[in-house]
Amino acid sequence: MARSRFVGDPGLTARMTLVMFLLGGVFVALIAALMAIFASSSSGGVGIAMLIGLAGIGVAVYQWYSSDTVAMKAMRAREVTPQQAPELHAMIDRLCTMADMPKPRVGIADTSVPNAFATGRSPERAVVCVTTGILGMLTAEELEGVLAHELSHVAHRDVLVMTVASSAGIAAGMLTQGAQYGMFFGGLGGNRGRDNNNNGLPIWLLVLVVSLVVYAVSFVLLRLLSRYREMSADRAGAYLTMKPAALASALQKISGEINTIPQKDLRQVSAASALCIAPAVAGVSLKTLTSTHPSLEQRLEQLAGIQAELGRPTR
Amino acid sequence: MGLLRSLMGRSRPVQANLDALFGVPSAAITLQTSIGLVPTGDGAVCYRAPAGSGFAQAQADMVELLESASDAPQIRVTQDGFGYSWLEVDHPPYDPVAGDLGGLCTDLHAVNTTLEGAGFGPSLLCSLIPFADATGRSVGLVYLYKQGTFYAFAPAPGGAQERDNLLEIQIRDALDGELPVERDLSRWLALWGAPGL
Repeated sequence: MARSRFVGDPGLTARMTLVMFLLGGVFVALIAALMAIFASSSSGGVGIAMLIGLAGIGVAVYQWYSSDTVAMKAMRAREVTPQQAPELHAMIDRLCTMADMPKPRVGIADTSVPNAFATGRSPERAVVCVTTGILGMLTAEELEGVLAHELSHVAHRDVLVMTVASSAGIAAGMLTQGAQYGMFFGGLGGNRGRDNNNNGLPIWLLVLVVSLVVYAVSFVLLRLLSRYREMSADRAGAYLTMKPAALASALQKISGEINTIPQKDLRQVSAASALCIAPAVAGVSLKTLTSTHPSLEQRLEQLAGIQAELGRPTR
Repeated sequence: MGLLRSLMGRSRPVQANLDALFGVPSAAITLQTSIGLVPTGDGAVCYRAPAGSGFAQAQADMVELLESASDAPQIRVTQDGFGYSWLEVDHPPYDPVAGDLGGLCTDLHAVNTTLEGAGFGPSLLCSLIPFADATGRSVGLVYLYKQGTFYAFAPAPGGAQERDNLLEIQIRDALDGELPVERDLSRWLALWGAPGL
């Protein structure tokens, strides 16, 4: 009887499901609040607010659709052929065969910050990119662990999931700006205030408050979701290479290195940080709430568990 | 279900597909009659060796099982540069007239089932069965466990890392219908320095 050494993590799945559900709830709450506000005012503002909301979703869709080219440009990465980087390609070839997934394109970014990221709108259009810094720092085995982590992001369609999850936040962010403009022009227009003002509070102020709250809540939830996705990618990557220890030592090396790198380099890469293997931002306050990646201890603990399961004697 | 699972970040390791391996003996006869490629009689399994006593034990069991047979093949385990292990099964040279690859296939299958039984099915990468023709050029028939398909890997003569794609495609066409062949050319892994080639 064939048995599996793969152990699921129901707790992680449950927490992730809850967060996704809450993010959906936030989106519905945003729409419901807007409807309620505009229903009481019966003005042309509904159309404008819906337009802004739709534009927000449009931005999210565009970000998802062009994620490969945008992220590659942001990191100043170039795509490499199997002739230019034979070993990297051979490594990814083998991992993709083991995981039975289509091979993504491969990119190298010319920066000394040790990092790697995966992006692209679907597994067929994915790019896995490593920096020259990480190539120089890790051994072949550690690099393979990192690549397996990134391939798991591709297999889990994390770009799609995170974009959908962030669309409420993006829409709310754009509404906040729209509301500020609305207040500005509403204030200037003087008598046009009849639309805005029939129930005491200016309507744009209400919209501003609602969208700020939605933005803040979805920001925290998004970071939480991102950390769960990282944990999932660590798990899947470790099971793919069967060497959790290699990923663990790579993570230790990378996070040690990133925290000591000067601030100047860090600002260049912070835009793409949510998709990287380790966050390229040095410690901030409220760290536990707002960091995109789980703490090193949490990640090492999970990898140690997988290592124990893989090494368990058969008899 | 698979999509939902991956969206939820719950993807599982892919299990190996062992079924197609027993089609190799008849495919070997086809290759011999149509292209003139004769099996060398050897074979190898490539897998990922996880650290820990669980795997070491499974591997020891496997070698012991193979060496306990009456016409026991020689077993050798080597490591390649990518961190994969190759378990080589060396049989006496194949007899082009009366030869039968059945024994080799049974051995390879025993390796796979032992690994799978110990819970290491997802660690299997591929199996390689080397062939050679009268001029001495060698070709490997490769079985991809995760896809359950075969393809040919033919290093071009001369030692440079180049592949004889025409021969590879010729072999694919010869075996089409007899074995499940890999349609996606990007999955035709290059296995430079594989044992037996």
